[in-house]
Amino acid sequence: MNKIGLIIKREYTTRVRKRSFIVMSILGPILFASLMVVPALIAMSEDQEVKRIAVVDSSHLFMNVIPETEYLKFDYLENARLNDIKQTYSTGGYYGVLYISHIVAFEPNSVIFYSDKQPSLATKMHISKAMENYIRDQKLKTYEIENLDNILKSVKTSISIRTIKIMETGQEKESHTGVAMAVGYLGGFLIYMFIFFFGAQLMRGVIEEKVTRIVEVIISSVKPFQLMMGKIIGIAMVGLTQFMIWVITTFLLVTLTTTLLFPEMNMTPTEQVISQDIMSSGPVEAKPEAKSEDMDEIMGFLSGLKDINFALTLGSFIFYFLGGYLLYGAMFAAIGAAVDNETDTQQFMLPLTIPLILGLLVLINSINNPDSSVSFWFSIIPFTAPIVMMGRLPFGVPDWEVGLSMALLVITFIGMTWLAAKIYRTGILMYGKKTSYKEIAKWIRHS
Amino acid sequence: MEEIFKAEKVVKKFINTVALDQVSVSIPRGSIYGLLGPNGAGKTTLIRIINQITAPDEGNLNFNGEKLLPEHISRIGYLPEERGLYKKMKVGEQALYLAQLKGLSKKEAMSRLKKWFGKFEILDWWNKKVEELSKGMQQKVQFIVTILHEPELLIFDEPFSGFDPINADMLKKEILSLKEGGATIIFSTHNMGSVEELCDHITLIDKGRTLIEGNINEIRDRYRSDTYEVGFQGEADKLKQSLNNHYQLLETSSEGDLHKARIKLLHHTTENELLSLLIPSVHIISFNEVYPSMNDIFIKVVKEN
Repeated sequence: MNKIGLIIKREYTTRVRKRSFIVMSILGPILFASLMVVPALIAMSEDQEVKRIAVVDSSHLFMNVIPETEYLKFDYLENARLNDIKQTYSTGGYYGVLYISHIVAFEPNSVIFYSDKQPSLATKMHISKAMENYIRDQKLKTYEIENLDNILKSVKTSISIRTIKIMETGQEKESHTGVAMAVGYLGGFLIYMFIFFFGAQLMRGVIEEKVTRIVEVIISSVKPFQLMMGKIIGIAMVGLTQFMIWVITTFLLVTLTTTLLFPEMNMTPTEQVISQDIMSSGPVEAKPEAKSEDMDEIMGFLSGLKDINFALTLGSFIFYFLGGYLLYGAMFAAIGAAVDNETDTQQFMLPLTIPLILGLLVLINSINNPDSSVSFWFSIIPFTAPIVMMGRLPFGVPDWEVGLSMALLVITFIGMTWLAAKIYRTGILMYGKKTSYKEIAKWIRHS
Repeated sequence: MEEIFKAEKVVKKFINTVALDQVSVSIPRGSIYGLLGPNGAGKTTLIRIINQITAPDEGNLNFNGEKLLPEHISRIGYLPEERGLYKKMKVGEQALYLAQLKGLSKKEAMSRLKKWFGKFEILDWWNKKVEELSKGMQQKVQFIVTILHEPELLIFDEPFSGFDPINADMLKKEILSLKEGGATIIFSTHNMGSVEELCDHITLIDKGRTLIEGNINEIRDRYRSDTYEVGFQGEADKLKQSLNNHYQLLETSSEGDLHKARIKLLHHTTENELLSLLIPSVHIISFNEVYPSMNDIFIKVVKEN
């Protein structure tokens, strides 16, 4: 009937024109884009600055031990007193002072880095790794093993695990855990956020209609069920619109900023962003061979990103967002109808918040163990499925599990809507009384 | 007389209470029908049943001789007691939305709204948000929305609350002109003055039961107490002395040399007999029967039950 269309249209247009919607639409992509671009920027600016570090080595063991990189230089100051150099290092053009005490071989905490800035994790790791290796080699040498140098050389192996997934068809496919984890977590978290955000909007809308009593005017023209569904669908469309605006503008924004900031990178924008991210988190090692390893890793991640089927991920995101929202939306609407003002909603919110938060907790577990039984069950149970299944999907989930989870979600939301409609129908005409769970149970039985 | 709406033996039970117990009403076409009763009597429930907001547990409902159906809703207009509009929505947009929900096309709704907004001189509110309007202003908007789809049956629940005397008078005229235009009006109120002024028929319900129903003049007739008011000049004592024990003098009042006396006839005496006693003693200026006010009837009937 076209009346439900009118309700959907009103819900949609009044909300989309709201200042908060416009602000969210602008801020969201800026936030997402900066999450992607800023770490890369920070990494870049850090990389390009040459840091000179003064080394005061009381143990006299580490002269020229720590390898220098393009941006990290070490000056070994002999006969310098720590207290003096601590005062003057910055006028001497140093980034900081590395102090190695003479008992370093026995007391690992005796290496101290003095600086007025916080050194990056990569810098710290570079120094400690070099020193650890050196001390280990020296200790081994005390055992006076023959040909130790050669042995040590042959012992040093650097392992980088490639994970290859065997497809059901027998095909082998290189998988990239990090990318899958990121995509899965983002999807699940967005669904969690959207359900809460738009569910609460729906609930406030219902309360508003009840408080202003306009609901009586409207349900003398349409059925309560039509009004409820119109509101639910209208707000779902607002959510989808917001999501689409985010996806498109984030993409555009990232493309724009990366082409402006990193024009030398000849990749597609998304690839660039991901690679920037990865570079920033990797150690700033500048050994020639390490660099090519890094590049390998980046290329691997990029191909991992290509492995994620974006159409499928986007499609299932929209399905699980709608399914999850419809399931919870009906309950939010019922709560709104049962109370007279927003403060009274607290007591009824618990049955909604608990499964949602549980879903979020299991999401973290399931991006680490996508095939664990906890992940499996929570991605089948409709109340947590929208969140948890999003976390599992990028790792590949058997079709029957996805099908089962989707079917159960649809059945549950239909049942829930039917139940919520009963509460809604009675609740919107009830004023003044404080509603209890017992009362609601009566409404369900009697209508 | 032809009835536009008829409810027979309607029963509506809520979880702990019986809101309507075998209530019947029949509303003559073209009348203004007063739905009276103390708070919590079941008026709102009856109105909601007529509007098909809630369904009765038992009983028959007829609209124009047919069984009441959802499609009749476009021929009924309802102004609820607790008036509500979306506070953040613009007046014009909102009126258009509500009119379309009642089944008017957008174009038709627009032209009718312009006409009514012009008539009420509120065209410049069109783009204001509802929250910027005063309560009385909101009432006007809501009134227009209620009657816009030109319903045959209108239900006004306390329509005068929130209106200043000037606007209340204007509203009264609108209600009467709607009646002249052929609409039937159900009028729920506590304001007995407006009932006497406007209503042709009434029903009085209390605690879910009908106490009286019928034509307002017949009802007032039924509750007559054979009391007459005499306006006269002369000595009040003389009048008093002329009365015998078949008459009871209820009260006297005077304004300058004009006196008034209320006299109740006892023992089946007639007004002519009373007059024949009075004429020799005082100079009579006016003589008329004192009809019970709806207020008196309301209180009397509710207390008796």
